[in-house]
This record gives sequence, C-alpha cells and structure tokens, in this order.
Amino acid sequence: MTLVLENVQKAFGDVPVLRGIDLTIVPGQMICLIGASGSGKSTLLRCMNLLEPIDDGRILLDGVEISEPGHDPQPVRQRIGMVFQSYNLFPHMTAVENVMLAPRRVHGQSRAALRPRVEPLFARFGLADRMEHYPDQLSGGQQQRVAIIRALAMRPEIMLFDEITSALDPELVGEVLDVLRHLRGEGMTMVLATHEMGFARELADTVCFLDQGRILEAGPPSQIFETPQEARTRAFLSRVL
Amino acid sequence: MKFLTTTAIVLTLAGGAQAQNDCAAGQTLRDGTLTIATGNPAFFPWVIDDAPQSGEGFEAAVAYAVAQEMGFSPEQVEWVRASFDQSIQPGAKDFDFNLQQFSITEEREQVVDFSDPYYTSAMAVLTTQKVVDSGIEPSVASLKGLLWGADANTTAVPMLTDLIGPDKQPMLYGDNVDVTAAMQAGQIDAALFDLPTALYLAAVVVEGGTILGQFPADRSENPDQFGLLFEDGNPLKDCVNAALANLKDSGKLAEIEAEWLQQATSVPVIE
Amino acid sequence: MGSNPSYPRTKRQIYEARQRRRANLIGGLSTAAVLMAIVLLVPLAPGWAAVKRVFFNGEVFAKTFPGLLNAFLLDIAIFLWCAPLIAVLGLALAIARDLRTPALTPLRLAAVGFIDVFRGLPVILVIYLIGFGIPGLGLPRPWNSPYLWGSLALILVYAAYVAEVIRSGIESVHDSQRNAALSLGLSGSDVMRFVVLPQAIRRVVPANMNLFIALQKDVALLSFIGPVEIFRQAGVYKSLYANFTPYLGAALIFLAITIPATRYADHLMNRQRKARS
Repeated sequence: MTLVLENVQKAFGDVPVLRGIDLTIVPGQMICLIGASGSGKSTLLRCMNLLEPIDDGRILLDGVEISEPGHDPQPVRQRIGMVFQSYNLFPHMTAVENVMLAPRRVHGQSRAALRPRVEPLFARFGLADRMEHYPDQLSGGQQQRVAIIRALAMRPEIMLFDEITSALDPELVGEVLDVLRHLRGEGMTMVLATHEMGFARELADTVCFLDQGRILEAGPPSQIFETPQEARTRAFLSRVL
Repeated sequence: MKFLTTTAIVLTLAGGAQAQNDCAAGQTLRDGTLTIATGNPAFFPWVIDDAPQSGEGFEAAVAYAVAQEMGFSPEQVEWVRASFDQSIQPGAKDFDFNLQQFSITEEREQVVDFSDPYYTSAMAVLTTQKVVDSGIEPSVASLKGLLWGADANTTAVPMLTDLIGPDKQPMLYGDNVDVTAAMQAGQIDAALFDLPTALYLAAVVVEGGTILGQFPADRSENPDQFGLLFEDGNPLKDCVNAALANLKDSGKLAEIEAEWLQQATSVPVIE
Repeated sequence: MGSNPSYPRTKRQIYEARQRRRANLIGGLSTAAVLMAIVLLVPLAPGWAAVKRVFFNGEVFAKTFPGLLNAFLLDIAIFLWCAPLIAVLGLALAIARDLRTPALTPLRLAAVGFIDVFRGLPVILVIYLIGFGIPGLGLPRPWNSPYLWGSLALILVYAAYVAEVIRSGIESVHDSQRNAALSLGLSGSDVMRFVVLPQAIRRVVPANMNLFIALQKDVALLSFIGPVEIFRQAGVYKSLYANFTPYLGAALIFLAITIPATRYADHLMNRQRKARS
C-alpha cells in the first residue's frame, strides 16, 4: 500500500489552506506533521481520508487516483483509518458497539463473530473492563483509546491521527501515546498531526514541518530537530521546545 | 292620571307615527325600537336571501307581524345576529327576542324564556335519489339501517333517536351546509330536518336531493315547536305572547305560513 | 454520634435552609390569599348566579359526564391510529428533506413543499378540504369515511410539524459525528440510520411529546366533519340542556390526560438539559 500526494491544493473560500503538497507514504512508515495551528496539518489529513475534496493536484492509492471527483470514497476510507482530536465516539452506543458498528455494516459480520476479534484489542489497550461502558462513563484517555480501537477494527492499511492528544488532560496523554508506540512496534503505517515534539522525535521516520499550507522542510527527526535548514522551522521549534 | 302621563312621555320619545301598545312601552332594550336577532346566516325559507329587513321569508314576516301587533312600525325594527350559544350565555343580551327555529324544550326553558310556539314543524327525512333507488322505503324499519346525519345543535338529534333509532351512531355537524356536504360526499345516507328546511335543501342545495318522507308533528311526544327566545325573565314575553295570540286568532299567522312555507301534503308519511 | 447527613452543618447550609423556609412560607401565604379572594369575591359578582347555573351546573354535569367520557374513547382511538403514522411519515419527510444526492432532488423538493404547505394551513381547513373534498370525488363506501380522510388530514399536518422537529434534531448532531462515521467507511445511509438519527430522535423526544399533546387536543376538530367525539357530544348536550357545563366536563377530561403528559415532557426536557450541561 502506497499513498502518494502530488501538488495537493485546497482553499476554503478565498483562503488557501494547502498550496501544493507533495508527499509519499510507504508501508510501515511513520510520518509526523508538525507546524503551527492553521498551517494545514488537519486539512491535509482530512483530504487523505476524502472527508474534504481537494481543489487541484492528485492523491494516488496504489496508483489509483482516489481524489478524482466522483471516485467512491467509501472503499478508500475502509482502507484508511482516522482518529480525531475530539474522539467523536457515538454517544448512544457502548464502547464495544462503537467498535463493532463499521465491521458489522461494511463487512456484514455478526456481533458473535466480531466479539472474539475485538475483545483482544480492548484487552491489549487496557480496556477489557470498559467494553460495555458508554462514552460518557469513560475518561478522555479511555475514549480516545476506544476511538483508536474503533478505527483498527476495520483493519486499515494506514492510520491517520489528527492531534489525538490535544484535547486530553496532561496526565492522560501518556496512555494514548503508549498505544501509538504499540502500533508503531507492530509496523502500522501512520501519519500523525501532533504537537508532541518529544514523541515525534522518538518514533517518526520522517517529520514534515508545515507552514502556510506548504511542506517547508521534511526529513528524519534528527535533521529537523537538530539541524533545521529553514529560519521559519527554527523559529517554530524555538517556540515549542 | 299617572298612567296617562307615562303614555304621553313614551309617545313623545317615540316620536313616530305609531306608538307601542301599553305592555311593550319601556320594556324594550331601547325605547321606541324593537331589536330582533336571527341567525348568521339566516336560511331559506325562514329568511329570504339572508336579508330579514326585507320582511321576506316566514320568520322575517312573523317578526314584522309581531312588531306591528306590539305597536312598532317596520322602521322601528332593528335586526342583529346572535347564535344559539350567544343566546344562552349568561349576561346581558343585545336583542329583545331572537327567532331562528329555536325548538322549545323543557331543559332550555330553565336557562332562557320562550314565547308560545309560532310554528309546529313536522320532521322530514332528507336523502338523495341514489339512496331511494337502492330500495330504501319510507318505513322506520327500512330507515334504521341507514347512516344518519343531523345538525348537532338542533332537536333533530334527540328526535332521531326517538323516531328512528338508527343502528349506527349518527354523524353530527355544525350547520346545515356541513350536513349537506357530507351527504354530497356520500358519507351519510340521510339526515333529519324540520320539514321546511328539508324541502329547501332537497330542492336547492343537495344535488339529486329528495324528501323520503315526513314524521307529522303529532307523531312525536315532544313535537318540534318553534318559539321566540328571550333572555330569562324578560318582561316583554307576555306582550309578545299576546301579539302571537292575536295573529293566530285573526288568521294572519296561517296566512304568513301559507305564503312562505310550501304545502307539504305531497310528502309521504313514514310508517 | 449525631452526624445526620441531611442536617445543615455549614453556615451556608443553615442560611440556605432558612431562606428556603421563608420562600415557601411567603409562596404559600400569597397563593392562599389569591385563592381566598377568588372564592369569596367572584360569587359576589351580580351575574354569578347565572354563570354558575350555565357553566357550573352540578346536575347537568352529573347527567352528561358519563356520555362525555364514553365519547372521549373515540378521541383516544383516533389519536392511537394517527400517532404511529405521523411518526413514520414525519421521519420519512425529515429524511427526504435532508437528502443531498442530486438524483433525489425532486423528492427533497416534494418534501420541502409538503412541509411548507401543511405547516402553513390551519388544521381545521385541511380537515374540511380533505374530509369533505376527497370523498366528494365519488369514492364508494367505506373509502369515503370521514374517519379515514379526517385522520389523514391530521396525519398530514402533524407529520409536517414532526418532520421539522426531527430535522432540527438532525441538524443538532455535530458534523464531527458524521465525519467519524464516514471515516470508518460507512455508507451515507448507514451514517444517517445508525449514527445521526438515533441521536437526533433522542434529542427531540420532548419536543415531539408536546406535538402529540397538541394532537390529542386537535383530534376534536374531526367533529366538524361528522364523528361524534367528545367535543361534538358536549355540543349536543349544550344544545339539549341549553347549558355550557358539558364543555367544562370535556375540558376536565382533556386536562386529565394533557396535564400529566405535559409535566412528563417537561421532566424529560429538564433531564436532557442537565445531561447536556
């Protein structure tokens, strides 16, 4: 599975948000998108998931142009999982129902067949005793872990994480990052928009610094964090580190 | 002496060519004017063209005849409109009397006053030719099976139960027009009205309408007798009754009836 | 021991308890004063005897109340067969109103037109037009029944209201819920059915309950086209006894149903507001 972005452009009204993004994601890779708020990180992830149509350029999934207008987004989304900053669990369903909904409806699997598959996921992320809880009975960190399990249950080939720790109380950030470490260890292909610089430095293959809708600088973490080439990258890092 | 003075004052006040007779003087809502209420709208043949001031139509003619007996000239008669509900509502009334085919009943007499009857109506069965063609006969046994309708505010409702006793619960409506609309829509087969109203509706309003038969007034234990309606305790009542008695004795009332209400001898009597 | 948890302990609790007692006392006294004034003063009005005889006549009340109660069964029956159909049609309209597929635009426009027309008309007008008009086209019995077409009129009008309420519920579901569901690869209709609608409908239960309370009252309008339900039965009694007391009886019967229902809807609404804050 390879996801390629070529000169992706996107504007909201007259405001350009993405101004020509080129990016290639290969299996097993972990890419961290860093940059100030409003630099386009979130929009870029949403475009990859086809939640936002792009204005120009191409997005190719295994060589197929999925960004073409009229291309059915549903099969694409089944291969590309996404987790959001605000968890977005379905409040009227228990944790396990949240997780089983998409496999049931999309793959037509029964609850009975799914349970043995999702139970280990809950167990692995320390939520074995929270399966029957409703979202409002869970902490933020627990909700976000359920959201990750919900995306994983569709067995995606790539996972997109949109600032998934930003809404959490500081003491809960760790438990969510542990999940990501775990996935990294399993070789999951991932793209993260994040403000956790230490985490990006520790685990990313490639760090991309977004600035005003462009990837201003990309490279291995050692290069971006220790010897950034661009003045704006240095200025950004000096503010956040 | 005092009596004469009063008359003189009233004469002066009235200022007209005609003077009220003694019992009406000072008893009306406004001196020198007789205020009469009728329905809104008032229906044929009781009032022609909803214009009671023309004196045309049975009730309009009766009203002016009563007024004349009481000593009011036609110019001294004023018309207002008041529904049955407004007439039985407690509180002051804006009419001296109200006539719109109000049936006299014991229960109603507890709340309002009625004059002696000015008309005794037979009840008639209004239906359509289609129903007649389907083999319905003017017999109570045959009529029981029909779907019945009536104006909910009339004594036709209790009479329907008394005279016919339909098998199915009758449909009831707010006025004549709705009853005929339902008949036209085929939702009811037949409806019970006083005979003059039924004749008018059959001839003019209901397409293919016809009168199946009548129940003469003496058939019912409580025949449908129309009276003028007064506010409870209105002292004018005796005066009006005297006027009505004069009209009956002189044959004038029968004349008016003959002029405005069709002779219904051709309508078969229901067995 | 003496540590009764309900016993006021802190200064603030003592203060608030005292304030509460004072408020209750003032409220009770003023209510009693107003009631006393009504009970004592109204009968002094010169027209009271007549009003009492015509509106509050115990004898007429006793004679007519059982008949009214019996007629009310028809109101309940009409309500019971209309309510589920209104719910179904209202939901269908709300969904049709929200369609985004271009091919289904005619359906969406039809739903918009339907809702505009039936929300814009007085119920009684629709009942007359449909209840007398359509059977007047010459339908045979039983297809021309006023029950059938009168009920349809109620269903059309109330479905339009319910559709708008449900639609407000659909719009109140945040877009992030839709996005999360779409990102899982669910189809648009599955997103609506499993994610949006269950949340939307739950949110508008109280508002819809108020609509159904209004429906229970408007069922009486069917009497205009023939059915002898409680309002018409009261009218017959009124005409028979020349007395408005039967309307009072009918009013009491309606209130016996609608006040508890309204209280329950308020209770649900409060609970929801608390849950959301």
